[in-house]
Amino acid sequence: MNPAPHLLRLNINGQCHTRAVAPAITLLDFLREEIGLTGSKRGCDLGECGCCAVLVDGAPMLSCLLPAADLEASAITTIEGIGCGSDLHPLQEAMIEHGAIQCGYCTPAMVLNGVALFAREPHPDEHAMQTTIAATTCRCTGYNAIRNAYRAVAAREESR
Amino acid sequence: MKPYRIVGQPQAQIDARDKVTGRARYADDLRLPNALHALILRSPHASARILGIDTTRAAALPGVRAVLTGADFERTFGVLPISKDEPALARERVRYVGEPVAAVAAENAEIAAQALALIAIEYEPTPPVLDARHALKPTDDPLHPELKRGDNLHKQVEQRFGDPDAAFAAAPIVIEKRFRYAAVTHAFTEPHAVQVEIDGRGNLTVYSATQVPHYVHLALAEVLGLDEHRVRVVKPHLGGGFGGKSDPFPHEMIAAKLALVSGRNVRLRFSREDVFFSHHGRHPTELTMKLGFDPAQGITALTGDILIDGGAYGSFGVVTTYYNGVLLQGPYPVPNFAFRCRRLYTNKPMCGAMRGHGGVNPRFASEVLMDMALTEAGLDPCQARIDLLHRENTLTVNEFRITSVGLKRGLEEAMRRSGWREKYGKLPFGRGIGVACGFFISGSALPIHWNERPGSTVRMTLEFDGAITVYSGASDIGQGSDTVLAMMAAEVLGVELDQVKVVAADTRLTPVDLGSYSSRVTFMAGNAARNAAIRMRRLLVAGACRKLGLSEPEYPQPQPPADFFRQGQRAPDFEADYLGANPDYRDGFELSGGRIRHLASGADIAWLDAVHAAIEGPGILQTVGNYRAPKLGGKFKGAGAGLSPSYSFTAFIVEVTVDPETGHVRVDKATCAHDCGFALNPLAVRGQIEGCFHMGMGQALMEEVVHEGGAVQNAGFLEYKIPSPFEEPEIDIVLSDGEDNEGPFGAKEAGEGPLAPVIPAIANAIFDAVGVRLQELPMRPDRVLAALRKAGAR
Repeated sequence: MNPAPHLLRLNINGQCHTRAVAPAITLLDFLREEIGLTGSKRGCDLGECGCCAVLVDGAPMLSCLLPAADLEASAITTIEGIGCGSDLHPLQEAMIEHGAIQCGYCTPAMVLNGVALFAREPHPDEHAMQTTIAATTCRCTGYNAIRNAYRAVAAREESR
Repeated sequence: MKPYRIVGQPQAQIDARDKVTGRARYADDLRLPNALHALILRSPHASARILGIDTTRAAALPGVRAVLTGADFERTFGVLPISKDEPALARERVRYVGEPVAAVAAENAEIAAQALALIAIEYEPTPPVLDARHALKPTDDPLHPELKRGDNLHKQVEQRFGDPDAAFAAAPIVIEKRFRYAAVTHAFTEPHAVQVEIDGRGNLTVYSATQVPHYVHLALAEVLGLDEHRVRVVKPHLGGGFGGKSDPFPHEMIAAKLALVSGRNVRLRFSREDVFFSHHGRHPTELTMKLGFDPAQGITALTGDILIDGGAYGSFGVVTTYYNGVLLQGPYPVPNFAFRCRRLYTNKPMCGAMRGHGGVNPRFASEVLMDMALTEAGLDPCQARIDLLHRENTLTVNEFRITSVGLKRGLEEAMRRSGWREKYGKLPFGRGIGVACGFFISGSALPIHWNERPGSTVRMTLEFDGAITVYSGASDIGQGSDTVLAMMAAEVLGVELDQVKVVAADTRLTPVDLGSYSSRVTFMAGNAARNAAIRMRRLLVAGACRKLGLSEPEYPQPQPPADFFRQGQRAPDFEADYLGANPDYRDGFELSGGRIRHLASGADIAWLDAVHAAIEGPGILQTVGNYRAPKLGGKFKGAGAGLSPSYSFTAFIVEVTVDPETGHVRVDKATCAHDCGFALNPLAVRGQIEGCFHMGMGQALMEEVVHEGGAVQNAGFLEYKIPSPFEEPEIDIVLSDGEDNEGPFGAKEAGEGPLAPVIPAIANAIFDAVGVRLQELPMRPDRVLAALRKAGAR
């Protein structure tokens, strides 16, 4: 009854993962169910909440809407690939410091979207930061602390 | 201010690094070996009889390991012992669209989905009851025949204090208005999820996204007919609750039963649509409120007639019914007071507790009426509110004990910072400023399940390696309760925060705590943690004394503060459970920098050496701290509702721009004054206030769960619109510098109280901007325009 599994090879956080999967598997399912990277969060499976964001060749994408089979030629970065050990990305540090994290469920997406923004534009304006933050639903913080963390990173980059 | 090292300083959550790196694991992130995938079949009807369910084809499908229907569950349940009216799976009838009717567990999700499609259910649809007014009508087919009523009333509460009628007759200003409120929902980002692990002896470990592991534990044992010791409930990281995960749920019973039947581990998670079916949000409400006001005295009388639409089952509804009335007893004295609140059963997803439980909707009405009265009296709405706040150490007419009230100075400061005097009544048409106040409980003084145990218990261990572990049943739901408990332990024991580990919300490993609801954790679990830490400090000091050849300090029995406010002859048990708000440790030692120093002699030893000395005898250092609320309240029926050992007070000043062409309201700025006593973790307190503002603004301006024929029409984040970052104004926060005599280090709640005043503050600002009073939520553009047209036509 099920379609025959399909051998899929994806580059995730610089490492190759090969799995036999259903052809229509989403990237989110591949990450969470096949290789056990659960940092990408499932909030709606409809591309509405934004909690499943990952970077595909550096650009933020919603993994719940992406057919994994289309991504064999791409470099995928998940939250597990950002900051290693005690060496966090400045945005991760700023989010901790500014109380931008409450329940933490939107946090991986808020970080990844910001990492992409600051990589593209080290000194983004308010509108660019707001637009980036608005890509993910946060119900705890009211966004203000997240905004302050983004601002702090923009300012820190400026002073360098 | 006292010289604290840890508490009172902004601290990041102890698990913030785990959350920011994706390491934090939520209920659906766990991977139990060889787990079955469970799915629930839900009712397509708002109201129908179940004539038959045929599961034979589903059960025969290869890969299906268990199929359940309502016949597999004998007992109904509910978070409140007085309304255990909810089945895990519907029996005989369904009462809302989305109600669980059958469930399967299969080797994978695809097979489970195929099996659901093979379940044949024959329904006979019956006319649904879709709103509270309809539910009041006589019927011979009520939703809950077991109540033996001829209508769909679930709960009616009436209370009366003083003589409101005489007070209204004598009051110079009397205003009566009708208010209406849409359904709103929590909209946390993590959908409910549960995983069940079963061992060879039939013991269950249930990992669930819950705010109340203890209640889930009790309900599972009861519904499944298991001895309570066979159940263990663990809350992993939780992706937001706000009250929406504070009941035991059908899916928890279903997953556990599937595990028992199949003998396999089971995994079950909700879709976003399922979350909207589960709901438990704020009750749609219709109310009439009447305020009597005398410029010389303040409020002379307040009455309300309140109708709340409860949906299909009870949940926390009985409490909600009381809270809609009794939480009007602050933040100002109301000497003559009466209300009637009725909760109705309807064929919709059930309502329950949502942030600010029961106190939010009536607060909108009372603070708009207050604004109208103050305006009519020619008083400044901000200054007058300051003047009218409760006085400290007083009793309300319904015998709530008001202790600390720290809002007065805070609101004065907020008034100054917001430029209130320069702006109120002076901004150009279309721009306005408004204010409103509120108050909320710091935990309920009485437990849901009557018992004589402490309200909260914390166990603490200190081991050979210096690790301090706080074992608490309290649920960190994102508010940072694990962090605040660790902060208090670190403060008392003279160590850095890193040295304190927290094991929380695991009903096998942690002592009973009732859960994260009613803003009880900081106050109650906090007191318990602090008391456990003080007792641990004494063990450590004893070890130090032995090493240093000193005699152990003699500890005087803790005494209540000189201004402690007793209600009648009732007082907390100071010796057993209460060691003072601001502990003076009375041991003559200083613990800091890895040393323990005897202040009088200057002799000192390494902190860890004192641990080793103290641990020699018992092998492990272990203490217990309790919190037990003082006995409070009057002797009348329903006197227990709303009793709290302390109350928080909040004011919001809000500036808005109203577009008279489109009716769109934008909030430009908010200033908050919040009295949480001593702010243990100012970073967390600010986060709670900003979160409350977000949710309050959402309910005020845009949020609304829409039902059509009983079916939710907007079950997703695209259609259920919550405020985006573009709508969030800057929020200036003034934290009161007061202290509560009974809170841990003087702290009170901050997680819920700040929500309620947001909504009336926005409404009052709209009035200042364009001169219209809105009495229906949300204050959508079309409603603003209609009000403007009506005012223009006059």
